[in-house]
Amino acid sequence: MSTVIASPKPGKPWLATPKQRLLGVGVYLAAALVSFTLVAVSPLKGKLAYFVVFFFASLVIDFALSYVQRGIASAKDAVARGLVSVGMTLAVLPIFSILFEVVKRGYKGLSFGLFTHDMSLTSVNDPLGNGGLIHAITGTIIMVLMALIVAMPIGILTAVYLTEIRGKFAVPIKFLVQAMSGVPSIVAGLFILSAYVYPITGSLSGFAGSLALMILMIPTIARTSEEVLLLIPNDLREAGVALGGTQWRTVALVVVPAAKSGLVTALILGIARVAGETAPLVLLTGGGEKVNPNPFSGPMGSLPLYIWKCFGQGTEQSIARAWSGILVLLVIVLALFTMARFLSERKVAK
Amino acid sequence: MYKIQHMTLLENKSAEIPAPREITTKPRLSDKIFRGVVTAGGLFSLVVLGLILIYLTYQGYDVLKSQGFSFITGSAWNVFTDDSGNIDYTQTKFGIAAMLIGTILCATIAVVIAVPISVLTALYLSFYAPSSVKKFMVAIIDLMAAFPSVLFGIWGFFVLMPSAEYWAKLLNKYLGFLPFFDMQVPVFTRSPFVAGVVLAIMIIPIVTSISREIFGQTPLDRIQAAYALGATRWAMIKAVVIPYGRSGVVGGAMLGLGRAMGETVAVYTVLNIVYQINWQVLLGAGGNVASMILLKFGEAGTGEIKALMASGLVLFILTLIVNSIADLIVKSSGGKGR
Amino acid sequence: MTTENEDNMDKTTTKPSSLSDVAAAKQKKAPGGQSLGVGLEARGVHAWFSGKHVLDGISLDFWSGTVTALIGPSGCGKSTFIRTLNRMHEFIPGAQMAGEVLLDGKDIYESGTDVTKIRLKVGMVFQKPNPFPSMTIAENVLSGLKLAELKVADKDALLEDCLERAGLWSEVKDRLNAHGGSLSGGQQQRLCIARSLAVKPQVLLMDEPCSALDPGSTLKIEETISHLSSSMTIIIVTHNMQQAARVSDYTAFFLSDGGPGSMIEVGPTSEIFSRPRDTRTENYVTGRFG
Repeated sequence: MSTVIASPKPGKPWLATPKQRLLGVGVYLAAALVSFTLVAVSPLKGKLAYFVVFFFASLVIDFALSYVQRGIASAKDAVARGLVSVGMTLAVLPIFSILFEVVKRGYKGLSFGLFTHDMSLTSVNDPLGNGGLIHAITGTIIMVLMALIVAMPIGILTAVYLTEIRGKFAVPIKFLVQAMSGVPSIVAGLFILSAYVYPITGSLSGFAGSLALMILMIPTIARTSEEVLLLIPNDLREAGVALGGTQWRTVALVVVPAAKSGLVTALILGIARVAGETAPLVLLTGGGEKVNPNPFSGPMGSLPLYIWKCFGQGTEQSIARAWSGILVLLVIVLALFTMARFLSERKVAK
Repeated sequence: MYKIQHMTLLENKSAEIPAPREITTKPRLSDKIFRGVVTAGGLFSLVVLGLILIYLTYQGYDVLKSQGFSFITGSAWNVFTDDSGNIDYTQTKFGIAAMLIGTILCATIAVVIAVPISVLTALYLSFYAPSSVKKFMVAIIDLMAAFPSVLFGIWGFFVLMPSAEYWAKLLNKYLGFLPFFDMQVPVFTRSPFVAGVVLAIMIIPIVTSISREIFGQTPLDRIQAAYALGATRWAMIKAVVIPYGRSGVVGGAMLGLGRAMGETVAVYTVLNIVYQINWQVLLGAGGNVASMILLKFGEAGTGEIKALMASGLVLFILTLIVNSIADLIVKSSGGKGR
Repeated sequence: MTTENEDNMDKTTTKPSSLSDVAAAKQKKAPGGQSLGVGLEARGVHAWFSGKHVLDGISLDFWSGTVTALIGPSGCGKSTFIRTLNRMHEFIPGAQMAGEVLLDGKDIYESGTDVTKIRLKVGMVFQKPNPFPSMTIAENVLSGLKLAELKVADKDALLEDCLERAGLWSEVKDRLNAHGGSLSGGQQQRLCIARSLAVKPQVLLMDEPCSALDPGSTLKIEETISHLSSSMTIIIVTHNMQQAARVSDYTAFFLSDGGPGSMIEVGPTSEIFSRPRDTRTENYVTGRFG
């Protein structure tokens, strides 16, 4: 057997060769050429025209090329590939535009003073250096934490019911959690208005806001917790029971600690979900301009409401303030989100 | 030994097969309490949803009774109060038809724009993207799902509306023969079209996520069968993935629809609230129930607030129905396409 | 030489029937030299999964008009190997390979090759029957044509021919519009065979096609394999040595000692089972391990 060789090298002969890549680039160049000529010659105008013609031209050229080389099936495949890439680009473009605009327009309002002052002494036309959003941040933190105090146990208990007990209410409860996640935020606001503010206190407060936030938070926490608990392998539960543990001990001392980081992820996602909610807070909290440490009396500010009010005031400075507020809110939401992803990835690695 | 076994065998042959024993465990007290607590927690959602229904109905009852069916079908919203400040129900009219139509119209535009883009994106992520690109893009799209809606509203107003105006003018110019795109008065800003685009951008992450999950669950053996027969990637997708995922994607689209119907602040900034049923998508008039509630709330007297509560009730029931249908469709989709 | 190949592939060719014929046919192939009457050749095929070496330099010729069985204990790379023969291996993330696979003398891994055309010529039947549930029986059989956008003059004739050759026609001819999933396991597998036949492959790869089926269906499929073998090259991976002995003309024995799998021995089936040259082969076929 005159077979060869010390050690053959692993390769991937199915990947595109440089020659094929060059051909791909050539297609795009040809399409660009077509696009420029067509726009120059015909009544189509503007950036939009360039892109649309380029897109169609590249599809047509790709189709023709594939058809000639490999037949109709490959040609259709090439067109599909083009469409799919365009779809993806369209989906992603707004994200970049949003991030870019928020940074561009919010950047000028940023200053250290943002985090030390509130808006009680600032008027609509004051320059950006005055005033801050400390009241908004403290308000948001207070309300979200209060909402969390109730939403966390309810959400986790719901998830535990669905995964560990799986009693006869499991199907209706799952359905209800789904239904609750679809409640429009303004309806939640109206509900708390009619159930708590009007009959009981008669005035707006931070606590009312947190009640509404709680309604919006529970489904997120419940759903994510359920997913996390389902990932815990059954061996753990069986081991707990085999050691003589009762069900509640097994769940409380074995399953839940094992899912700890996943449950924290659920909480973080719940916080991120409500941190930016505006509509119920407009109805329920009154949007104060000062830091208000008492959630049960007096209007309470919050980041989304701060943004909303600044936008509503309409002056150049207040709009710049609104953008800065958005930037701050976005950074907070992004930070929460990254934390949640980091935690869940660490758990998977474990 | 053998003999005895032999006899037992013969005996067993003529005996009947015993009924299975019922195995029961008497639960301990601590477990009973545990189950009780957890079940109570789980039923909390039922309680909340029920309370929402009850309170909104209770508050809005007067208005609904006096307006009757015209609450949903009429589009006038005129409040008349008598001298003591109470609502004069004989003259006052509350009708949210224009707003309901606006809600449905904007949400439909959003779905029409978002679903094709989302499905294409989900296909790209599931079947075309190299794994590094996929991870990055999934992270970005999930991130966008977390953006606060007020951000979309303000971005929509300042950044999108000027460009949307340009596109709306184009649509009117070239497709104006269609009744949707025709306009008497050329006011292009703050129209259902712009609101629809903003809502579309908001729901793309949700619909993409759901579609991607469903595509990811396509049974591998069918995919391999198609490839082994000499299918191109697209041929495989058409023959296997789409029949399998079709109903799941529809469910996801309906969830997006529900979300778009309930949006408040994202629509408020980019939609002009005008009390008139408006089908002309490009015209700057219309409304959506949620943003109307927000608008009217600031100055509403007690009677008008009841009308707002009633509006909230209608919106709540509408989104509940849409979301329930969506949920049913998505649930039954696992295994559909058979 | 290639034209002789094509002649070999039509229905009238008879397989070498006596042991001496077989030996003679085998000797025509000089080691490393020219091959005659070959449907598919593997030359030094290696495979890796994310750097882990799983197949070590397999060189094997598959004669047209014959059935070759690949036997060996599980995990020694047999399934990986046949997936390199129709380029399904590359779907697995992290998959790498080296070597050549020659179909009609041309390397199927050559750059610029249209892989979908390769898969039309080298078909595959899987371990678990996988008809398309959203299609009827008739649509399933003809699905290969639809997927590859092939035009055929007489669809009904092709449909009947494929189902007949797969041994399924008499059982389903009255319900061609029934759902693909409404058949029994054995019938579904024959449907999958019919489906692969519709695109007229030169080679048919079968990855343990009977392991999920009951003995009755297994026998029916083995009959089908015997009938089909005269018109194409069939390569079948099987765990069942009796099946290999019943159905195949040549048998190749694969083994892995914890590292990459390699082919220990190949030869006419009767020899492998009665007078294997390698002790490891002998140990396996006599049931001492595996």
